[in-house]
Amino acid sequence: MEIGLVELSRMQFALTAMYHFLFVPLTLGLSILVAIMETVYVMTNRPIWRQMTKFWGTLFGINFVLGVATGITMEFQFGMNWSYYSHYVGDIFGAPLAIEGLMAFFLEATFVGLFFFGWDKLSKVQHMVVAWLVAIGSNFSALWILIANGWMQNPVGAEFNPDTMRMEMTSFFDVLFNEVAQAKFVHTVSAGYVTASVFVLGVSALYLIQNKHKDLARRSIAVASAFGLAAALSVVVLGDESGYSASHTQKMKLAAIEAMWETHDAPAPFTAIGFPDQEARETHYAVEIPWAMGLIGTRSLTQEIPGINDLVAESEVKIRDGLIAYDALMTIREQREVTPPEVRETFEAHSDNLGYALLLKQYVDDPRDASESQIKMAADDTVPGVAPLFWAFRLMVALGFSFIAVMAYFFYRASFRNMQFPRWSLYAAVAIIPTPWIAAELGWFVAEFGRQPWTVDGVLPTALSASHLSIADLLITLAGFLIFYSVLFVIEVSLMVKYIRKGPFQDVEETNAWQERHEARLRSETPAPTLAATPAE
Amino acid sequence: MILFELIEYDILRVIWWALLGVLLIGFALTDGFDMGVGALLPFVAKTDVERRVAINTVGPVWEGNQVWFILGGGAIFAAWPPLYAVSFSGFYLAMFVVLAAFIVRPVAFKYRSKREGAAWRTRWDWALFAGGAVPSLLFGVAVGNVLLGVPFYLTEDLMPMYPGNFAIKFIGLLRPFALLAGVVSLSMLLMHGAAWLSLKAEGVVAERARAIGIKAGIVAAAGYALAGLWLAFGVDGFALGEVAANGPSNPLYSEVARGGSWLSAYAERPWIVIAPVMAFVGIALAVLGLKAGREVSTLLWSKMGILGIISSVGLTMFPFILPSTLDPNSSLTVWDASSSHQTLFIMLVVTAIFMPLILMYTAWVYKVLWGKVTEAQVTENADTVY
Repeated sequence: MEIGLVELSRMQFALTAMYHFLFVPLTLGLSILVAIMETVYVMTNRPIWRQMTKFWGTLFGINFVLGVATGITMEFQFGMNWSYYSHYVGDIFGAPLAIEGLMAFFLEATFVGLFFFGWDKLSKVQHMVVAWLVAIGSNFSALWILIANGWMQNPVGAEFNPDTMRMEMTSFFDVLFNEVAQAKFVHTVSAGYVTASVFVLGVSALYLIQNKHKDLARRSIAVASAFGLAAALSVVVLGDESGYSASHTQKMKLAAIEAMWETHDAPAPFTAIGFPDQEARETHYAVEIPWAMGLIGTRSLTQEIPGINDLVAESEVKIRDGLIAYDALMTIREQREVTPPEVRETFEAHSDNLGYALLLKQYVDDPRDASESQIKMAADDTVPGVAPLFWAFRLMVALGFSFIAVMAYFFYRASFRNMQFPRWSLYAAVAIIPTPWIAAELGWFVAEFGRQPWTVDGVLPTALSASHLSIADLLITLAGFLIFYSVLFVIEVSLMVKYIRKGPFQDVEETNAWQERHEARLRSETPAPTLAATPAE
Repeated sequence: MILFELIEYDILRVIWWALLGVLLIGFALTDGFDMGVGALLPFVAKTDVERRVAINTVGPVWEGNQVWFILGGGAIFAAWPPLYAVSFSGFYLAMFVVLAAFIVRPVAFKYRSKREGAAWRTRWDWALFAGGAVPSLLFGVAVGNVLLGVPFYLTEDLMPMYPGNFAIKFIGLLRPFALLAGVVSLSMLLMHGAAWLSLKAEGVVAERARAIGIKAGIVAAAGYALAGLWLAFGVDGFALGEVAANGPSNPLYSEVARGGSWLSAYAERPWIVIAPVMAFVGIALAVLGLKAGREVSTLLWSKMGILGIISSVGLTMFPFILPSTLDPNSSLTVWDASSSHQTLFIMLVVTAIFMPLILMYTAWVYKVLWGKVTEAQVTENADTVY
């Protein structure tokens, strides 16, 4: 593939989005874990829980800030690098992004400062509420961004307006309750909860190995494994839900993930392992599990799942249909004041496939001039890269199931074996700390790479979406982000390590002193002298 | 859904034009003092403790304030998609610089005091300085360029195009008038940051801030007056031909002519003179307040000055949002660059629900945090605060 403007723009988006998502899952999960710990503290009044809240809160803060900072890039990058996309679908796509700001960002960002600075200014219950507001704000933001992303996968509630040359919203309700978005939201936040649980589990296991902070570590494992088990189950169940919705909304993505070249008689087998060959359109050395794919994908024994070859043929039909819409659109544009009504009718009848005609734009300026072979090429383009999807998906699923096993094991030991953990299991818990991040990034890869060649499935091709910048523009910013983000990553990780080493440096006596001061302050209504330091943020 | 037809399309467009202004002003009034404090940091605070006092005056609030910027981006996307598409890709490298500043700033706040060591902290102090000063300057430069007109055009498919070499495009933003606008913006936010520090800090930090704030206010007022004269005599305006205020959002459907002056708006709508008056009065009273050492009122006057300056730009240009020099017909205006009728309505409903809530809880947080940040507090809570 020649590296052109579109490829560079995609690389930059992949880089900045995947980097952003290094921090987001931990924010999603840790915010809730911290709020749970603080709730236990308020309910039981036992200082150890406050110590846990502050310790994990400190690590949360170090991570949170980079999630916020790298999120700024995401908010503006659509306009900077994907200007035609922004014009074409902004009427729909912009709304959830703006609502995200109104409903989620303000909430989490306004209260996160108070979470760290408010210990001596708020009552215990008030502070706990603040912790929950931060957690709720973070999770709301995931909801809205996944409604936006869900619309790119399954563009419902919108239609093309020839006057404005863009998609416009017809039903906000449909956009909001898009089945793809709902499944994705729960799948994604659950993945965040798993990430945070594995993180808390791993760091606590490290303390147990080192024989320090054992009270904090044991309790943290108890919380994380219970929360993590529920989350790991939810990730897999909702992942399956996503797969099911893909079977009728994104057939091509599903077929590519499964490397299903031919439509198989129902119920189709599931290819557990194999080597997809895109040129030959077959999968070598495939190991198949009979019936499984049909059951997962359609939840029936009789419904067929179309294979890639049939879907390409379908795309070709859609391209030809889209060309009718494109031709009508050009007529409407030329005779704007006096468009014959039948032209408008023709357009409306075929406009669902207008996007398929736009696939030809990368071969010819006017899709109507496309040759037969170009139409065939465009139809072939609708197949995403099969092998990377096939493998990424399998790795993600394997990780997903292994998280259930890990969490179930630690939950069992914590609940029924008196919080005694064999040494090997502690080492294992430390070793797997990075794996949920790998699974989460693979998940995004499958979702976004699997949607190619579209930015909005069936509506707008990726090749058309990018801004008309110069290659030099892109090289400068790509290099800039690479260097800048690498430096920040090193700093972030080194601070995390520093504060994990330092451990919960606030002992029980200190918390007791704080509690006395705190209660005195609540009684006296006048600010108590802040004598000792209140560490951990 | 017929509900959205309750409010006429053209009225919704004007409301969203005003809300765009509210967001920009909200950003300048809140995050403006954060940026001002950052830009003032090397000058008002010399020792580590002084710097921490200055930083902690904004420590618990900058994060919420910054959301005004992010929401500004989101709201432009939702309500003015063509503006979002054209402006951010047109100002591509400048936007990258702004983003870099806005990424490094949060990190600097959070990480600066997480390690001892002068080198570590000095580095982050520079990051805070750049994170405040660079965007303050560049936002003004951007506004200056919008007044001058931006070299873009739209194809028949409404694809935004910006011909030319990347370096020339970037350097081309630094036109003299735009630089002047940048100076106004920077000095205005320096004044605002100084007013904030005078309220929230004590002793030498507050004193130095007041001294710089007075100068910055005078520069801002003089620069603003000069820019007004420049607009009157040295900058061509734009004039919109006939357009359907209720029509589809396609900029190419209307004709735009160059020539005349932006300031002819004051002849057509004399009441808008209230904006520049507020700007001058606000700045003057803020400067006097800084001199006299008044605290709360000074910050309020400074806010009024900023409100006047920003709203005067919008009111002068109305109905233009982003004029094009290459092809004036491609210019984006209130009547042809908005979202659809339905989207504007839905977003208005959502905003009407959430904006009051946001203002309420933000006010509550400021109330909880009310009071000065002192050196004693910072040294006693050395591990807790920024």
